[in-house]
Formats: sequence, structure tokens, C-alpha cells
Amino acid sequence: MTAPPLLAVEEIYTSYGLSQVLFGVSLEVAAGECVCLLGRNGVGKTTTMRTIMGLTPPGRGRVRWKGQDIAGRPPHRIARLGIGFVPEDRRIFAELTVGENLDVARRGAGGRWTEDRVFELFPKLRELRDRQGGVLSGGEQQMLTIARTLMGNPELLLLDEPSEGLAPLVVHHLGEQIGRLKREGLTILLAEQNVDFSLALADRVYVVEKGRIRFQGTARAFREDESIRQQYLAL
Amino acid sequence: MLDPSFLFAQSLSGLTAAMFLFLIASGLSLVFGVLRVLNFAHGTFYMLGAYSAYQIVLWIGPGPGTFWVAALGAALGIAVLGGLIERLLFRHLYGKEELYHLLFTYALVLILSDAAKILWGTQQKSVSRPPGLAGAFTLFGVTVPYYNLFILLLGPAIALGFWFMLQRTRVGRFIRAAALDRETLGTLGVNVSGLYTGVFVLASFLGGLGGALVTPVRTIVPGMDTEIIVEAFVVVVIGGLGSFWGTFLGALIYGQVLSFGILLFPRFSIFSVFALMAAVLILRPWGLLGRPLK
Ligand SMILES: Nc1ncnc2c1ncn2[C@@H]1O[C@H](COP(=O)(O)OP(=O)(O)OP(=O)(O)O)[C@@H](O)[C@H]1O
Ligand SMILES: [Mg+2]
Repeated sequence: MTAPPLLAVEEIYTSYGLSQVLFGVSLEVAAGECVCLLGRNGVGKTTTMRTIMGLTPPGRGRVRWKGQDIAGRPPHRIARLGIGFVPEDRRIFAELTVGENLDVARRGAGGRWTEDRVFELFPKLRELRDRQGGVLSGGEQQMLTIARTLMGNPELLLLDEPSEGLAPLVVHHLGEQIGRLKREGLTILLAEQNVDFSLALADRVYVVEKGRIRFQGTARAFREDESIRQQYLAL
Repeated sequence: MLDPSFLFAQSLSGLTAAMFLFLIASGLSLVFGVLRVLNFAHGTFYMLGAYSAYQIVLWIGPGPGTFWVAALGAALGIAVLGGLIERLLFRHLYGKEELYHLLFTYALVLILSDAAKILWGTQQKSVSRPPGLAGAFTLFGVTVPYYNLFILLLGPAIALGFWFMLQRTRVGRFIRAAALDRETLGTLGVNVSGLYTGVFVLASFLGGLGGALVTPVRTIVPGMDTEIIVEAFVVVVIGGLGSFWGTFLGALIYGQVLSFGILLFPRFSIFSVFALMAAVLILRPWGLLGRPLK
């Protein structure tokens, strides 16, 4: 028997009050993989990640972490299992300094991520250490939100639209840093609308539309099938 | 009437009152700032702290350490009570409309004050000053009881300790982060609901301590709960709800305005305080050191 994937989402249905958003989404992420969730605005990428994280528990379906069902557990417990969530809207603690934002998330003593290590990955943050989070630029906040989540020493990183709203040069730079995390062995589930940015990083791709998975396959298979891009991702 | 030693005496008594107000109002402000609930029952914790201290003094009987044991015991008892109330009842209020907060905490005021009447009756109670601080000294022609001096030193010490905890410790950083974004703090692995309980326990402790410590200088009567909650509310409105130093400043201003207001409007001293609050609300609705809501 093979080991279960690190994360397996099985047929989840999630709603906000009466409005149902996910209709049986399933996906898997194996250890060391970078998997990308692609889809247009409002198809349910964020909701999928929030469901994994325990922020909007699924009405039906399971979220398995190393084989164990974790759906319904509170977010802090899920985080402590080794799942790190980087929200799309960054959610920096505006009145805490950069250093304090990092400290609040510090977890897993002896793990590979320390303040020094995240400053190596994002040297800019070191200079901003005593600055309040709220005054950082969009790009700096994006680095800080990733750095903050890394401070928890996660095994799996859920990255929700990191490229959103950033200038092309900043996006390019960010892509390189995420690539570095991947090469160092971190497992990543990335939600994106930016196809080129994603394909540079992803091993496998899931395409979401209206709360359902419409395509799954390797990044190469996705690249070669122009019709999928036309059908589900073109504006 | 403008005798300097009289003015000094007034300002000193205002300062002492301010320290008690700070103890109470800081808990009210902390709970509002972090849990986003305006707890009208906070004044009731103060009253129960006073009655508990009285009760413990009765149980132990006179002695050099009695008062201190009673004050600490009362504060701890109220802290436990606060913890239970938060765990069992308060947590259902988070994220609900303010009207629910108002109704629920007001119901708590009524229930707990009736319970206090059943337990302790409606007669006034009093507690004498601890023997070690029973005397007084004279400063600029004013007689200052040692106990008041103790309160004048304790207030700033607690304020500094509290501030240090919030700014310089990890728990303090968690508390400040929870006040800004509870959900995100949870996704970073912090047990925010446990943290909320801790914050509520701390606030209840301070409220209970304030009530216990006030017993040597004020009589314990039913109704002291609603009186103090109104005062504490004025203090946090003046200083800015959720602002730490704002609460301290608000308490200082309140104490002074109240004790000098007596000179201007002898029969309506509280009037000057409300006039001040109205002025603050018109000029800076978010309070002197608070920040406008986004
Ligand atoms: N809190 C909420 N309450 C009600 N509906 C919501 C809420 N959050 C999201 N939705 C709805 O759920 C659907 C999916 O939203 P979701 O944020 O998961 O999409 P997304 O794929 O992440 O989109 P985007 O690319 O814009 O971030 C949308 O129709 C959205 O309007
Ligand atoms: Mg989204």
C-alpha cells in the first residue's frame, strides 16, 4: 500500500449561509509537489483554501491530512498540524511591527524557519523590521505575509493569489522566491488567475469553474491543451 | 476658598479616585478593544470584588495580613467568576450585533446585583484600612492617609506593568494581534478562544481588585456597580475606547474634573464630568487618544 498523499480533499461542498460555493471539489497534493488551482474570479479558489484551513468548514466531504480527516477542526489546530495559510488579502497586523508580525506566528521551535532565515529569503524585510505593518507597500506586505506563515514551520503552504495586484517586476521576483521554497522541498498549493506565473511553478494543475473541478493534470498536459485555457480561463 | 493647601487636597483626592477608575476602566477598555464587547457587567465585578473582600475579612478575622489576603482572594475569585462567565455565556456574543451585547450584559448586571442583595443584604458594609497603612502623614498642610499614598503608587505601577505586558511580551503581542484580526491570528496557530478567556479573566481580576481595594475608603452598598460602570464608561469615552494610555489619561482628567467640579457646582459635581464628555464627543468622537473607526 502506498502512503496517503499529504493532503487529500474529498468531494467537499461548502456554502456561505444559503449560497453554495463548492460542489464536490476533490484534489490531492503529494509531499514535495507544487499544485496549482487555476480559475477565474469568484469560482471558489479562496473558498477551497478556507475550507482546508477550517475557516469555512465543509457541509459535506472530507479534508484528509496524512490520511486523517481534519474537516471541522478549528483553524489553530489545523495550523499546528503543519498547514500554513497565506491569505489573498495578506492580512498584515497593521499596528504591529514587521518583527512582531513574524514573532506572533513563530511556532515549531527547532524548525528550519527563524526570523533570520525568512530575512535571508526576503532581505528587504530585514530593513523594515521595526516599521509598522500597515505602512508597507503591497509587495512588501506580500513578502511579509508569506514570511509570517513560514515562521510557523509548515509542511504545506496554501498560497492564495500571491501575484494579485502586484507590478510585473515584483511578481517576477516573488515567483523566484516561491520557486526557491519549492526547491527546498516545501509542498505548495497555489491558487492563481495568472496562468504564466503558475505554470512556471506548478507540477500539476486543477482548473476550477463555478465550484467544480473541470480539469486536472500535469502542468505539461495543461500547457498543451489550449482549449482548456480558452474555455475556463480566458476573460 | 482658593487656599493652596485646599486645592492640593482636592487634586490629591481626585488623583486617588482616578487610580481606582483606571483599575476599573482599563479592564472595560481591554475587553472592548479585544473581544469587541462592551461589558456593562464590569462594574458588577467591581462590586462583587468589594463584597468578597468584606466577606473574606469576616471569615479570617482581624490581623496584620487579613486585608491583603482578602483583597487578593477577592480579585482571584472574581477572575474565576469572569472566566466561567466568558466560557459559558460570553462566547456566544462574539460577532453578534451590539444590541445583544447590551441586553445580555445588562441582564447579567441585574442577576448578579440581585444575587449580591440576597447574599449580603442592603445594609452598608465597610472594611477598615490594613493596620500597616492605618496612619497618615502631612504634606503641604494636607493630611494624606498612607493607604491613599499606597493607591497613588499602585495605580501607575499597574498601568506600567499592564503596558509592559501588552507591548513587550509575546502574550501581549497575541492580544494586540487578536484585537486587530482574530481570524488571521487563529490561522497562525494561536488559540484565540483561549486567549479571549485569558483577557476576560485579566479584566475581571482588575475589576475585582479595584472593588476590593476601594473598601477602606468607600462603603460597600448595592448600586455601587452601576455608579462605577457609568464613571468607567465616561473615562473610556474621554480617553478613547480601546486605547490604553487614553484610559489612564481619561481617569486622571475625570478625577480632577470631578473634584474641582464640586467647587463650581457643589450639588451637581457629576455635571462637569458629563459636560466634559459631551465636549469630547463633539470635538473628538473617538476620544482623546483613541483612533477613528475605519
Ligand atoms: N463571505 C462570503 N459570503 C458570501 N459569499 C461569499 C463569501 N466569500 C465568497 N463568496 C462567494 O463565493 C464565491 C467564490 O468565492 P471565492 O472567494 O472562493 O472565489 P475565488 O476563486 O477565490 O475568486 P477570486 O479570484 O476573485 O479571489 C463567489 O461567488 C463569492 O461571491
Ligand atoms: Mg480568491
